[in-house]
Amino acid sequence: MVTAVTNFGRSGLSDWLIQRITALVLLAYMLVLGGIVLFGGEVTYESWRGLFSQTWMRIFTLAAMLSIAAHAWIGLWAVSTDYLTERLMGPKGNVLRLIFQAVVVAALFVYVVWGIQILWG
Amino acid sequence: MLQVSLYRYNPETDEAPYMQDVQVDTGGKDLMVLDVLELLKAQDPTLTYRRSCREGVCGSDGLNMNGKNGLACITPISEVIRGGKLVLRPLPGLPVIRDLVVDMSLFYKQYEKVRPYLINDEPEPAIERLQSPEDRAKLDGLYECILCACCSTACPSFWWNPDRFIGPSGLLQAYRFLADSRDTATESRLAELDDPFSVFRCHGIQNCVSVCPKGLNPTRAIGHIRGMLLKRAS
Repeated sequence: MVTAVTNFGRSGLSDWLIQRITALVLLAYMLVLGGIVLFGGEVTYESWRGLFSQTWMRIFTLAAMLSIAAHAWIGLWAVSTDYLTERLMGPKGNVLRLIFQAVVVAALFVYVVWGIQILWG
Repeated sequence: MLQVSLYRYNPETDEAPYMQDVQVDTGGKDLMVLDVLELLKAQDPTLTYRRSCREGVCGSDGLNMNGKNGLACITPISEVIRGGKLVLRPLPGLPVIRDLVVDMSLFYKQYEKVRPYLINDEPEPAIERLQSPEDRAKLDGLYECILCACCSTACPSFWWNPDRFIGPSGLLQAYRFLADSRDTATESRLAELDDPFSVFRCHGIQNCVSVCPKGLNPTRAIGHIRGMLLKRAS
């Protein structure tokens, strides 16, 4: 049976709110990064490294990475509880869903840790 | 002659459902789809479907007509026909009992969950519970639902989780009682809706709005419920 035990915020409202707030963070990050790429002059290794060595950019990037992780988890959790279910696939649906969710969580965790390593490395 | 493709399934004799191609003489008139079904039933009395009032009030004859849900009795052929062929299927997502008749148990279970009746724990007044015209106006666009299930069975979120997502029809009724000034169970009604499935499986694709034969807007009601949940939590 599909339950809410693996969802992000334990409540539909908190997931819904987190999904929207993280979307706004990602929009802001894309606009800032897009603005820098389009109007910030030539992109070179030095300019890029200079940009990402500033504390505000590191914090902003970390916020964007955490937002992607939360946003992706909530979204993919919803996808998996729609399609990978006992109702649609029989008992193997539950196993497949848990495997899928474990893979997603592991991938997001690795991306976040890896991203932190790159930012502060 | 009108070409009709009919979904047929008799669990007692058929191993699987199949589409049956039939022709019917409409006399060149733009009949309602229910009239076509009546003509077809005269040709083959084993054809099974639900119908009652034949004027869009009872909500019995919800069908999928050329891919879109609606009430057969108030839908003219010309409104749904494509490529000269009328394709009639049962409402999608619910188990088929026979031909065009579906098992609505899950739909009614979700309706029952929202406690679709007035709850008031205050002492009963001598005559009746009064409501201002302004408060009464808040129920317009909500109370008119006839429970035909066209909206919920057009909703993919209801297809995938009909046991946990209340669906547009049930949520429209949930808001009808949340919005009622005479109801005192708002807090417990909202508490029951705050899980990740009951309300929040709605992703706002508005299939429900597009098919509602009464022109109602469940998506807007769901938005109001979200707003009330947000207000309650903050």
